[in-house]
Amino acid sequence: MKVITVSINGAPRQLPDSISVAALIEELGFSGKRIALERNGEIVPRSKFATQQLSDGDRLEVVVAVGGG
Amino acid sequence: MSDKLVIAGKSYSSRLLVGTGKYKDFAETKAAVEASGAEIITIAIRRSNIGQNPNEPSLLEILPPSKYTLLPNTAGCYTAEDAVRTLRLARELLDGHTLVKLEVLGDPQSLYPNVIETIAAAKTLIAEGFQVMVYTSDDPIVAKQLEDIGCVAIMPLASLIGSGMGILNPWNLQLLIERVQVPVIVDAGVGTASDAAIAMELGCDGVLMNTAIAAAQQPVLMAGAMKKAVEAGREAYRAGRMPKKLYSASPSSPTAGIIGSPRS
Repeated sequence: MKVITVSINGAPRQLPDSISVAALIEELGFSGKRIALERNGEIVPRSKFATQQLSDGDRLEVVVAVGGG
Repeated sequence: MSDKLVIAGKSYSSRLLVGTGKYKDFAETKAAVEASGAEIITIAIRRSNIGQNPNEPSLLEILPPSKYTLLPNTAGCYTAEDAVRTLRLARELLDGHTLVKLEVLGDPQSLYPNVIETIAAAKTLIAEGFQVMVYTSDDPIVAKQLEDIGCVAIMPLASLIGSGMGILNPWNLQLLIERVQVPVIVDAGVGTASDAAIAMELGCDGVLMNTAIAAAQQPVLMAGAMKKAVEAGREAYRAGRMPKKLYSASPSSPTAGIIGSPRS
């Protein structure tokens, strides 16, 4: 198994190779939470979480709704 | 008589739109939003906290999309690109929701809008199917351009974001209102209830505020005050005010029949 490094919200994180977006969401504790995810500047729709595999060097943004004007 | 605010084909009874930032906790946010009577509430899109308690309640559990029209904003964005990215994420987050508040700022100190980036972002978003309510300066020419591009509401500042300075240039707002057909909603600058009433008396279609409520000593009480001010200002606008004169030779009480006066 090869380890890959991705950036999540600007911070590096090491993951086992071939992990899916869905598996990452699970690992981060966001299962069932209302989040949206961007991978290398492109939205990943929730319907594709299970099928998209992460690659070394991916830049991910995981966002939620917060209070704001 | 029905007097609804219509934005992008949807009718709203309340002409007060409120933000959800700067409250001390979710309970206060919820109480203030309820007291305001607002149906449209703004939210921000931010990076989630990785590794922190994932079970803490989320804003959308307190203010559910089933009850409110959520208006995701692009607060904190300084380029068209960042604003567009943020709203694409918001659309995904809110299951395809397309009504958004676009704001592209020009300067972190004043938070004054950058209208060039704003126009660029509006064009992209509208081409992608978003319904854009746009925060902008009170420049009537820019407002008209934003309407021509296809924005569904024009939201000029009355004074700077979070300043509470009130309606600093009513003349510009009036020029803007005269030129624009879509709803005009004052966004930013309102400090207290009379400011909201003045905006509505000028003929604005609505008022959007956050800090004026959240930074009041008693936010929930102020939320109620703003609700009444917006309603009062709207009714005064529809009623049509009397003309201003320096003095009047026409007292309110009858001039005839005053005791001691000669019989006529």
